[in-house]
Amino acid sequence: MQPFDFVREHEVSTAVKAGSRDGAKFIAGGTNLVDLMKCDVEHPTHVVDINAVPLSKVEQVPGGVRIGALVRMSDLAVHPLIVKNFPAISQSLLVSASPQIRNMASIGGNLMQRTRCPYFRELTWTPCNKRNPGSGCSAIEGENRLHAILGTSDACIATHPSDLAVAVAALDGVLTLRGPKGERQVNATDFHLLPGNTPHIEHDLKHGEMITSLFIPDGPHAKRSSYLKIRDRASFEFALTAAAVGLDLDGSLIRSARVAFGGVGTKPWRAKFAEAALGGQRATPDVFRAAAEAEMKSAVAHRQNAYKIELMKRTLVRALSDLAGGVA
Amino acid sequence: MIGSAAATAGLLVAPLLGEEARKNAAATQQADPNAIPVALDVNGKVHQLELDPRTTLLDALREHLDITGPKKGCDQGACGACTVLIDGRRVLSCLNLAAMNSGKKIVTVEGLAGDGRLQAIQAAFIRNDGFQCGYCTSGQICSAVALIREGRAHSDAEIREWMSGNVCRCGCYLGIVEAVKEASNATV
Ligand SMILES: Cc1cc2nc3c(=O)[nH]c(=O)nc-3n(C[C@H](O)[C@H](O)[C@H](O)COP(=O)(O)OP(=O)(O)OC[C@H]3O[C@@H](n4cnc5c(N)ncnc54)[C@H](O)[C@@H]3O)c2cc1C
Ligand code: SF4
Ligand code: FES
Ligand code: FES
Repeated sequence: MQPFDFVREHEVSTAVKAGSRDGAKFIAGGTNLVDLMKCDVEHPTHVVDINAVPLSKVEQVPGGVRIGALVRMSDLAVHPLIVKNFPAISQSLLVSASPQIRNMASIGGNLMQRTRCPYFRELTWTPCNKRNPGSGCSAIEGENRLHAILGTSDACIATHPSDLAVAVAALDGVLTLRGPKGERQVNATDFHLLPGNTPHIEHDLKHGEMITSLFIPDGPHAKRSSYLKIRDRASFEFALTAAAVGLDLDGSLIRSARVAFGGVGTKPWRAKFAEAALGGQRATPDVFRAAAEAEMKSAVAHRQNAYKIELMKRTLVRALSDLAGGVA
Repeated sequence: MIGSAAATAGLLVAPLLGEEARKNAAATQQADPNAIPVALDVNGKVHQLELDPRTTLLDALREHLDITGPKKGCDQGACGACTVLIDGRRVLSCLNLAAMNSGKKIVTVEGLAGDGRLQAIQAAFIRNDGFQCGYCTSGQICSAVALIREGRAHSDAEIREWMSGNVCRCGCYLGIVEAVKEASNATV
C-alpha cells in the first residue's frame, strides 16, 4: 500500500473540500477501497474518512424515499419502508456479499465499487485498460467466463459488480452529488458509463464530488418488484446473471415494466428493449421470453461466456414469472 | 484459476502471516514519520497507539496489540477469519483501517468469555465439533454471536445463509450449524 495521510471529516462541505485535493479519495466502509489499495490498484495520497458525516438516514419524502449515502447495506436491506415499497432493493442487498461486509459497506460506496475482473486486480500480470489506460485488455483473449456480454467495447469487457445498482437502475433511482461547485442530480442510469475507449472513466462523478443521497420514486413498479440473482454457489458470490424487475399490472395486462440486468453488462444494464416488448402485453411466459430475446439481440459473447446469453434470458423469464405470480 | 468463482470474490490463500510482515510491522512501529495517534478500545481496554494510517484494524490488533484471536485468512474480505464485533456488529477487520475506529468498542474472541466461563456459543462449538484446525473458529464464533443477536438462527438454511461470510477450510459446517442452533436455543 502506498503511503497516505488520513483525515476524518464531519460535514459534507469540509469533506468535499478535503476530497478535492489532488490524490484524495473518500473512504466509507472501506471494503472496496482498502482491498484495492492493498493490491495497489488504488493509491490515494489523502484518504478522507466520511463516516462521521451525517448522511445515514432513510426518509420518506414526497414521491419516494431518500437514502443517505452512508446508510449501510445491512440496514437498508431490512428497513421497513424499503421492504414494503421497494422489495427489489431489499432483495438485491440481501444476496450481496456477506453479513459482515453488508454491515460495513455504504450505499454510496456500493454504487462506486470497481469491477472484479481478475486482471484488473493483478498488477504483476498483465495489461488492463481500466487500470492502466492504453495497455490493452487481457480478458478479451483470456479468461472471460465471468465477463460482460452487453455494452462491451474493444477496450474492456468487465462487468459492473454491484447488485444494488441493478435494482436502482430498474427503479429509476436518482443520485444527489455535492461538489466544490454545489449540488446536482443525476439519473442512476446515466451515472455509470459504458467503457468505450475510456474504460478507466467509470462514472459521472467529478473529482471532489461526493454522493450524498439516493432517491427512489414510489410507484406500482417499485411496489411490485423483485431481484433474482444466479450464482456459481448458493451464497457469498457475485452474479453470473441477475434481473431486477418491476411490473405495473392490470389483471394479467402489463401496463408497463421496469427491467435491469446484472452480471452481464459493463454497467448496470437497464433493459429498454425488454421493457418495450412487455408494455401492453399479457403476462405470459411467451411474452416474457420474447422480451428476453429482444434485449439479448445485441449481446456479444467471447470465448468462455456465451452461456450467459441463454442463462440471462431464462433468468428474466423466471424473475417475471415469479413476480407476475398467479396472473401469468 | 483466474476464471474461477473464488478469484472474483478473492482467492482463499492462507498466508500464515510471514516473517516479512512481522518485520515490516515492527519497523513501522519504531519510527514512522507518518504515524498518527489512534485510540483503540478493545475488549474493554483503551490502547493509545501511534500507527501508520495504512494499518488495517486486523494488523493493529495482531501486530501492535498482540491480540491474535482474529486471524488473517485471505486479507481481502472473502473468508471471515478476521471477524470482530464493532459496537456490537460483526465486521471484517482486514478491510477496515485502524484509524477509522477511534471511539468505537471493539470486541474480539478474547473478549467474549466472562469470569473465566465460556460463552454459550464457545461451549457449543466444543460440544458439537465445530472445528478441526481452528483457524477459522474465532471468526466463526464472533460471527455466530452476532447472528444469534440478529435473530437469524430459525432454521438450518437460515443459519447457513447468515454464516456464509465465514469459510471453513476443514469443512466443519455440519458441526458449526449444530453449535449455532444449540447456542441460539440456550440464549433465547
Ligand atoms: C468478498 C467480497 C464479496 C462481495 N460481494 C458482493 C456482491 O455479491 N454484490 C455486491 O453488490 N457487492 C459485493 N461486494 C462489494 C461490496 O458491496 C462493496 O465493496 C461495498 O459496497 C463498497 O462500499 P464501501 O462503503 O465499503 O466503499 P469504500 O470501499 O469505502 O469505497 C469504495 C469507493 O467509493 C468511493 N466512495 C465511497 N463513498 C462515497 C460517496 N459517498 N461519494 C463518492 N464516493 C464514495 C470511495 O472513494 C471508493 O473509491 C463484495 C465485496 C467483497 C470484498
Ligand atoms: S476486461 Fe476491462 S478490467 Fe478486465 S482486463 Fe480488460 S480492460 Fe481490464
Ligand atoms: S482475512 Fe479473510 S475476510 Fe478478513
Ligand atoms: S476449522 Fe480449520 S478452517 Fe475451519
